[in-house]
Amino acid sequence: MTYTNISGEKMVRVDMISEDLLASMTSAEKIRMILDGVMEGKILVLERGLMPEEEAKLIEATMVEISPEFVGIEMESYPAKERRSLMDRLFGRGKSQARLTVIGSPNQLKTIKKDRGLITALISEV
Amino acid sequence: MGMWSSLRGRFSLWVGKIFGRRSVKIGIYGPPNVGKTTLANRIIKDWSGEDMGAVSDIPHETRRVKRRRDVKINVDRSSIKLDIVDTPGLATKIDFRDFLSYGLEEEEAKKRAKEAAEGVIESIRWLDDLDGVLLVMDATEDPYTQVNITVIGNMEARRLPMLIVSNKIDLPTASPVKIIEAFPQHTVVPISALKGNNMDKLYDDIYEHFR
Repeated sequence: MTYTNISGEKMVRVDMISEDLLASMTSAEKIRMILDGVMEGKILVLERGLMPEEEAKLIEATMVEISPEFVGIEMESYPAKERRSLMDRLFGRGKSQARLTVIGSPNQLKTIKKDRGLITALISEV
Repeated sequence: MGMWSSLRGRFSLWVGKIFGRRSVKIGIYGPPNVGKTTLANRIIKDWSGEDMGAVSDIPHETRRVKRRRDVKINVDRSSIKLDIVDTPGLATKIDFRDFLSYGLEEEEAKKRAKEAAEGVIESIRWLDDLDGVLLVMDATEDPYTQVNITVIGNMEARRLPMLIVSNKIDLPTASPVKIIEAFPQHTVVPISALKGNNMDKLYDDIYEHFR
């Protein structure tokens, strides 16, 4: 979805979604919101990203929707950090910590560089 | 779900080992065209003399999961029995137009795209039924792809063993060091599945990680 300002310039909508809003949603709600947003041409920036299992479910849900008109999503996040307390280490458990994630249509969002601490992407109108 | 399936998998693996009859189910994962089927073929050929599947330069050649049971790998005086699960390449986007540049007709390209999408779904569903993963990366490409990050995140969340295979080291632009630096918490084994380079090291590491 491309917007036009009063000067007639075309603009792209970016939704920045807070960690709190994401935490209030179920996995199914997050995935539906992301896919609907991308299909509407929005760029989504998730403050805390998705858990690894949710990322896998998002890819699965994306593949269900693949068609000549919808070619999928461009998703970029940093490698997850593992948060482990002393007790977690003792009992061999821990929790992956999701990190900032940018999602959009591959026709609009193009990643040109990515490393452990930097994602450089270009955003264009549809 | 992750913790439960991890516990269930470990218990089942342990019981199988006690009775010495269970193969370890290892999934070969990665983005399209990194050499997953070439690696599966190499492992199976080395230990049983057969091939697993066709390989091609066109992305998404493997569009169905293939499983070869009871491949016995001998390391020194020990051995490990593997079920090799060769999976279709994982991707977040599949555009039939990309296949047209490989000379496919439009209808054939659309069919391939649909089958590739189904293959990705099948690959993801298999993650719940594995004992470990060989994550294959192309040593000539940037390792920070979303597919790599998602697979690693899922294996860490499930607490299942994983080896990263840095493939295509026979090519002049290969840089396995980039992969080692990108994922320092994991074991990275540089190989060429096509030429068979460093496969002995990979078999040693498979034995150490998955036995």
